[in-house]
Amino acid sequence: MSPAMKNTSLFALVALMIVITGFAQSWNTAILILNMGLISAIMALGVNLQWGFAGLFNVGVMGFVALGGLATVLVSMPPTPEAWSAGGLQVIAGLLCGVAVIVITAMVLKRMKKSHLRTLLVLTILIVGFLVYRAVFDGGVAAVEAVDPASTGYLGGLGLPILFAWPMGGVLAAGAAWIIGKTALGLRSDYLAIATLGIAEIILAVMKNEDWLARGVKNVSGLPRPVPYEIDLQKDAGFVEQAASLGLDPVTASGLYIKLSYSLLFAGVLILILVMAQLALNSPWGRMMRAIRDNEVAAEAMGKDVTRRHLQVFILGSAVCGIAGAMMTTLDGQLIPTSYQPLRFTFLVWVMVIVGGSGNNFGAVLGGFLIWFFWVQVEPIGLWLMQVITSPLAEGSALKEHLIESAAHMRLLTMGLLLLLVLRFSPRGLIPER
Amino acid sequence: MDFLNAIVALSNFVLIPAMAYGSQLALGALGVTLIYGILRFSNFAHGDTMAFGTMATILFTWWFQSMGLHLGPLPTALIALPFGIMVTMVLVLFTDRVVYRFYRVQKAKPVILVIVSIGVMFIMNGFVRFIIGPGDQRFADGERFIISARNFKELTGLREGLAIKTTQGITVVTAVIVVIALFWFLNRSRTGKSMRAYSDNEDLALLSGINPDRVVMVTWLLVAALATIAGVLYGLDKSFKPFTYFQLLLPIFASAIVGGLGNPLGAIAGGFIIAFSEVFITYAWKKVLGYILPESLEPSSLVQFLSTDYKFAVSFVILLIVLLFRPTGLFRGKSV
Repeated sequence: MSPAMKNTSLFALVALMIVITGFAQSWNTAILILNMGLISAIMALGVNLQWGFAGLFNVGVMGFVALGGLATVLVSMPPTPEAWSAGGLQVIAGLLCGVAVIVITAMVLKRMKKSHLRTLLVLTILIVGFLVYRAVFDGGVAAVEAVDPASTGYLGGLGLPILFAWPMGGVLAAGAAWIIGKTALGLRSDYLAIATLGIAEIILAVMKNEDWLARGVKNVSGLPRPVPYEIDLQKDAGFVEQAASLGLDPVTASGLYIKLSYSLLFAGVLILILVMAQLALNSPWGRMMRAIRDNEVAAEAMGKDVTRRHLQVFILGSAVCGIAGAMMTTLDGQLIPTSYQPLRFTFLVWVMVIVGGSGNNFGAVLGGFLIWFFWVQVEPIGLWLMQVITSPLAEGSALKEHLIESAAHMRLLTMGLLLLLVLRFSPRGLIPER
Repeated sequence: MDFLNAIVALSNFVLIPAMAYGSQLALGALGVTLIYGILRFSNFAHGDTMAFGTMATILFTWWFQSMGLHLGPLPTALIALPFGIMVTMVLVLFTDRVVYRFYRVQKAKPVILVIVSIGVMFIMNGFVRFIIGPGDQRFADGERFIISARNFKELTGLREGLAIKTTQGITVVTAVIVVIALFWFLNRSRTGKSMRAYSDNEDLALLSGINPDRVVMVTWLLVAALATIAGVLYGLDKSFKPFTYFQLLLPIFASAIVGGLGNPLGAIAGGFIIAFSEVFITYAWKKVLGYILPESLEPSSLVQFLSTDYKFAVSFVILLIVLLFRPTGLFRGKSV
């Protein structure tokens, strides 16, 4: 069987599994798996850009995805005028103070020669600057958060259509990636891993605690949608008629219609990013990246600036993850900072890339769909398995109850096992790099 | 008198908790640094190894408690600890045999081993949640305090109380004993010396007839013991929750890197640096300053630099600063 045949049949297999889910469970579930599969595929493309192209190990995917989610709130929610007049400008001024302190410190470090005077000066700037920043910033935050805390209590967004949030999510993620890349790239590969692990935790901590920004753990719900609302469709006589002609009742039809519209939007983005990633892979730039990945010393001897190229691809990959994060929050219609779990958003994406085939864009996409499908279906399968295993045990026995209750944790075990098995027996993944 | 009160308040809220937390981090970082020195990769499964060891110890503790076995004022977990360590040793030797050895023989790149360790982390994490559940477990029993705040106040007549929890005392004492034993082993015993030789230069060590399998095995045994002890001490002092142990990975790695990866002395120093900065920066200084400063200068706010929710940010920022200015760590660890 030729590789092209094999790859097509692998994709067909995933499509078939989703269709079977549609018949066996419900079409709602099936399309939901499809939508999240599309988003997962984009995340996997982002990680593949970093790992597959350049060999960079990023375990902070969750942070970049969460920044994408933050972007949806900042772009699409209506602004809160009362909060802005109460302390919005003061908050902004406080943040600018903070930035100014860092810039001045960096300038002093760069311009002055190393001496005790410089150390003293830097420390003074940092301490005084921090106090000024806190004094300005805290007052503003208190004023903003006091504005109707039950429904707003934050600055709100720009009130733009939510589709603008998708590129914006990419920009935010790219900014965070720049900071990390600047410090940790060029050192050992493990250091980047630890730095990204850290930044993800911190981004989450900021999103949970800074209520003025996006309401923290009080969540932002009711994000605007790029597609119409079900209820409007059900009122639309033309739509009801069309649904009836297909033999569907309006409620089911509107639900499916909305989900399919999302699928089309997501598929559009996925195809766009996939095409760009393919072009990049086959361009001189892509060849250079792979040359650097395979032998840094040789590439450096040929005059390639390894650290710079790494920084470039790290930022690009993180931006793709940010875009996917914004899309996911758009699909959910709400931003819930506590829902971001590293195992779900960082390590699962890694399993997708490695199982699919690192270095191959189609592999990453396949991995995204396949692993997402399993992630959703392992829990019911695990529960069923547990019930079968425990069926000889007496009804209501403590062990049986414990085992059935724990079936939810089967997901972690399965994913870890899958990762280890693929790394051991098929390290190049399902669709290997050419 | 005010000055004494300030010192007591400072010790009560900052110095003693930071000492205990620092000892726990140092023990965790020692495990990470040993694996890095001998096996040459960053073990992401370390947090979950700690969680596994603690879980095993908790299960033994419950069993002993149900049999009525106890240590009087000391927590029962101390009797269970050796058994927990043994179970963890079996587990890590098993993972080394079925997982890591394959890549070691192949001489795989370190980053592949890191990814493999993430797979192991997944499995251990799932395993722990599967057995004991994702919730909080408290398993400290026995006397709660060595000195309680009230007794201290009555004893000294000061306005501030000084409380030392039994678990804090046990943590520091255990950490000191473990560290002395470990350094004695590494510096004096034949196996320890061969481990250091292997860490410094693998090829020369092999030439001089050191058995690499034995070195690796002893390393894993030490790591299992260190991880279990660190995990149990942390769990006794605070509480046991699988996810918290996963999150401990960041401060532990920060400690190991700040001290210099692969350098045991650095790991200990790093642990205390991270712990003290975390507690110093997230503590509200109003009380202490209120005693020292004259009344007119008394602070009106809490004088807290960062809220406790950002404690991870502290270890992270220290990590970044060290990476920027001294990537090999303060004590000169292995190559960049």
